[in-house]
Amino acid sequence: MKNLLVTAVGKEIFFVWEREKESLVAEFNHKDLLGMGQLSAQDIDLILDTAKSLKVISSRDIKKVPTLRGKSVVHFFYEPSTRTRTSFEIAAKRLSADTVSLSASSSSMVKGETLIDTARNLQAMSPDLIVLRHSSTGAPHLLAKEISASVINAGDGINEHPTQALLDLFTIRERKGRISGLKVAIIGDIAHSRVARSDILGLTKMGAEVTVAGPPTMIPVEIEALGVNVIQNPRDAVRGKDVIMLLRIQLERQSAKIFPGIREYARFFGLDRQLVSRAKKSVIVMHPGPINRGVEIIPDVADGPYSVILDQVANGVAVRMALLYLLIGGKQSVDLD
Amino acid sequence: MSTWIRGGELVDPEKGILEQSDIIIERGRVSRILPHGVFKGQDARLKVIDASGRLVVPGLIDMHVHLREPGEEYKETIATGAMAAVVGGFTSVACMPNTNPPNDCRSVTEFIVRRAEEVGLARVYPIASITMEQQGKVLTEFGDLKEAGAVGISEDGYSVVDSELMRRALEYANYHGLAVICHCEDRSLSEGGAMHEGVVSTRIGLPGIPAASEEIMVFRDIALARLTGTPVHIAHVSTRGSVNLIRMAKEDGVSVTAETAPHYFTLDHNAVIGYDTRAKVNPPLRTPGDVEAVKQGLSEGVIDVIATDHAPHSPIEKNLEFDRAAFGMIGLETALPLILSLVREGTLGIAEAFRKLTCNPARILGIHGGSLKEGIPADLAVIDANIEYTMTENDFHSKSNNSPFIGRLFRGRNELTMIGGKIVWEKSSTHPRR
Repeated sequence: MKNLLVTAVGKEIFFVWEREKESLVAEFNHKDLLGMGQLSAQDIDLILDTAKSLKVISSRDIKKVPTLRGKSVVHFFYEPSTRTRTSFEIAAKRLSADTVSLSASSSSMVKGETLIDTARNLQAMSPDLIVLRHSSTGAPHLLAKEISASVINAGDGINEHPTQALLDLFTIRERKGRISGLKVAIIGDIAHSRVARSDILGLTKMGAEVTVAGPPTMIPVEIEALGVNVIQNPRDAVRGKDVIMLLRIQLERQSAKIFPGIREYARFFGLDRQLVSRAKKSVIVMHPGPINRGVEIIPDVADGPYSVILDQVANGVAVRMALLYLLIGGKQSVDLD
Repeated sequence: MSTWIRGGELVDPEKGILEQSDIIIERGRVSRILPHGVFKGQDARLKVIDASGRLVVPGLIDMHVHLREPGEEYKETIATGAMAAVVGGFTSVACMPNTNPPNDCRSVTEFIVRRAEEVGLARVYPIASITMEQQGKVLTEFGDLKEAGAVGISEDGYSVVDSELMRRALEYANYHGLAVICHCEDRSLSEGGAMHEGVVSTRIGLPGIPAASEEIMVFRDIALARLTGTPVHIAHVSTRGSVNLIRMAKEDGVSVTAETAPHYFTLDHNAVIGYDTRAKVNPPLRTPGDVEAVKQGLSEGVIDVIATDHAPHSPIEKNLEFDRAAFGMIGLETALPLILSLVREGTLGIAEAFRKLTCNPARILGIHGGSLKEGIPADLAVIDANIEYTMTENDFHSKSNNSPFIGRLFRGRNELTMIGGKIVWEKSSTHPRR
């Protein structure tokens, strides 16, 4: 399927795509994407394969196919976001879905409306899919229970950020050709990172060996139960690794007694050249962004040859297109002309 | 009118015995207790309650409930809460002071007492707050509150952070003969937490409340009990560490008693998976190991009392994102079958179980009741220990239905509640009368 698609151009892609899609969508048997925990390895493979096929659209002159014409997607961001929101917007538009964006300040939340009431009101307008970012863990789960539209979790509290994990997996597979058997170190605030939890769930499910590192205040209790190793010192944690994933240090956490300060963090846990050199020669360095230059990563590493940070951003669009397609693409046939 | 409760298995929690008995009630009091078969009542005016195959127990006492009145009548009122109590087999409840306004002065205490009398169901014993407006700064007027009807003091929902103030509260409460009930929580450790900090919180990405948050304050309040010589009662014990601290304190001769709630020996933190806000409670549901330790504490007598911490909330507080939802679950109408299952599994003997629901809380609070003896007011419950059923969300008499036990298969139910010789609740269809 993917070869056919990659070699096709223009409208042909779409025709080939249409022939394949019935079976694809049938294979992906989920109403919502709430977390990596709900996905099987086969689901993840399917998403990544679909994303690979769709990635080509973003490199064409006309970056649009009519696949989701007539579908409406609501981007509902209770928390600020630039990258994820833009990525979802672009993904939906490249598939010709109509999009509406709501933020906490423009929503009725400021007027005291509860999430459930807001959800019921949105549902009354019959959207096909709602992308939700929310500061509360479990908010997308609550929304998904309440409404019949599909829900994609674009980050809930400190819990999960599954589309980030999927684009990370996509980038790793693109660069390394596989995920299974790779050694991955995740460094930073594991305890308060939804990216870390989703990446851990996704990577372990796909057979990677995951080590987490960071100050003890940032390692959650009993994290080993998720199937990861804990090696707090990054110098030891990165040794022999294929992939180093960094997490954004949330500067506001300083006041929450999690760590003494940026200088201290950068000195003992920041990724510099010396640290990178302890990993495999072929190591790739990843970061979900936005990066704090000089804190968790020094600038020449962020911009250096190991860095795949911008690939992650580019792949984010493809992965989100794949999810939109798999969740709402197959529910009714699209008029080709 | 006189009543004859015939042929039930009478549980005497104090003596620890169980025998088939007839109980004669006259003018609201127990007049005679006889072995079954001796009494041959022929008086046509005698009301007969056939209790054969049932347990007859002293009216249950729940020393930890929230009735929400005054101030949050949309969640519960003294009338609905007292109704839920008698349905569950409770003839007396002690209500916590975190109402709005809080029970920190005579007028609120008197209001509660008066409302409860007007309602005429369960006996309601107010617990007053330790400090004005529960702000942890100025002591309430213990003497005045006691006169108005308060039987104890507690800052339930909070700990009094200032240890010196807590020390003085203990000393002063002792003078007035008020029970001191300690909510043990170090807020600096628990703030922002939504569930127990452990493998489940790590898995499902919710901010945690460590066991140490409870244990630090249990230790402090035990130390203050030792310092002041005032008995303290530790509310809603939920962790292994707390059980161990209380055991050591008791062995050391410190005057300390403790309670736990049915959810702490029935559910663990796995109940939160799926972000079910009905399982959000403070202290949080802990680990399976903590559940075992709480059971062991009950079985060894380290934990003296089972109280429900009945905490009604409406969908306004519960149908929300997990971290924004209120803590608490109702318990009055689900406690009995959960406690009977402890008996069936052998954790507690039957008399021992009912001791923790009757004479122990009565002794700690210094209130009447908790036993069935000739001459005392006839507060009792008749229980079918074997009936199986499930609770649906519409089965509650409480105004709220925030219970994680909806849909659970229960065994054992209260069938009849009598207070002062008057039947206040009867599951009528199951009680054929002569």
